[in-house]
Amino acid sequence: MKIAFSTSGESLEAPLDSRFGRAPYFLIYDLDSRQARVVDNGASRASSQGAGIQAADSVVRAGAGAVVTAHCGPKAFQVLHAAGIKVFSCHAATVGEALDMYRSGALVEQTGADVAGHHA
Amino acid sequence: MKVAIASGKGGTGKTTVAVNLARSWGGPVQLLDCDVEEPNAHLFLGGEKGEEVPVFVKVPSVDEALCDGCGECGRFCEFHAIVVVGRSPIVFPGMCHACGGCAKVCPRGAIREVDERIGVVETRRSGSVSLTLGRMDVGMSMAPPLVHAVRARIQGGSPAILDAPAGTSCSVVATLRETDFVVLVTEPTPFGLHDLTLAVDLVRELRLPFGVVVNRVGAGDDRVHAWCRKEGVEILLEIPDDRRIAEGYARGRLLVEALPEYGDLFRSLAGTIAARVGVAA
Ligand code: SF4
Ligand code: SF4
Repeated sequence: MKIAFSTSGESLEAPLDSRFGRAPYFLIYDLDSRQARVVDNGASRASSQGAGIQAADSVVRAGAGAVVTAHCGPKAFQVLHAAGIKVFSCHAATVGEALDMYRSGALVEQTGADVAGHHA
Repeated sequence: MKVAIASGKGGTGKTTVAVNLARSWGGPVQLLDCDVEEPNAHLFLGGEKGEEVPVFVKVPSVDEALCDGCGECGRFCEFHAIVVVGRSPIVFPGMCHACGGCAKVCPRGAIREVDERIGVVETRRSGSVSLTLGRMDVGMSMAPPLVHAVRARIQGGSPAILDAPAGTSCSVVATLRETDFVVLVTEPTPFGLHDLTLAVDLVRELRLPFGVVVNRVGAGDDRVHAWCRKEGVEILLEIPDDRRIAEGYARGRLLVEALPEYGDLFRSLAGTIAARVGVAA
């Protein structure tokens, strides 16, 4: 299975970015092959609205089965949920730490959006 | 005559200027609260609550029986208001700009447009002021159609004062468009000047005549004044930094009623605006 981490860098040592929709990149880590690949989230960040939706859409396209991020807004959550992608909240400093926490089962699955949208 | 009151950011005293100007106009005047995310002019003007009329926009509704999940609609929509996940589209009505495009590009004719309520428009009367306000429903983010619905209530005859949302977003543009004059409210601080320059860029782009009201004069420095001089921007009015003004505002009181000595300032502002637009106040 592939896991998408919101991050501001392009490696496992990079910081875990706190906001899903506005994160600069997603690091997609394949648990089976142990390969990582980076998806640029630049287009979502640039859009004034719907960044979360667009970001969720790219994560779905990347084939991820889980998302690890600090905060996932309601619209992005709805898209991820519809695609059957689990969302895990995590406040680890780096992507690598977050991955270790995921592997050890320390992360709690988010069952609703924890960040209210703009006006919600 | 239509006059818009705007500011590059919130908290500069825009509403104070709008409501006190309306109250001081001398004669019947229409006040349109176009800050539909947070209408607040009524808190100062009072008046009986009027009837709320709902405002709708057209948003897509997908017939799942016809949809084959091709994804055309999602690829078309630049606002991400419809996204195809797996085989079924999800619609985010609050993001939809009601352009009708997704229904047109759907090869299976699976998309119909249905009415979605975005908020209400209400008109109330307070003395010589007829106040119309728009109030967006919780969770909606499409302010411009609601601003248009508020503006549609403007009647010929008496002047209209439009209280714009703060900032330079598309709902601000929707408020400012086709007005005769724009009053930009700012504060004499570095942040105030920064936001003022953004607002000035916007009104210049819209080619609207404008002037500036500096609020809380004495609280900051003279950089806003210096910048206006350099740019040839007229300062229409200066409101002094008076603690009693903030206190009255916090209690929801009209400045010109709580502190009648300020009445002349706003009457002169009304006169200046009328003169700039070229009509009798
Ligand atoms: S009507 Fe236009 S804005 Fe609304 S979902 Fe369809 S394409 Fe997007
Ligand atoms: S374009 Fe029509 S058929 Fe294709 S996914 Fe959208 S609604 Fe379904």
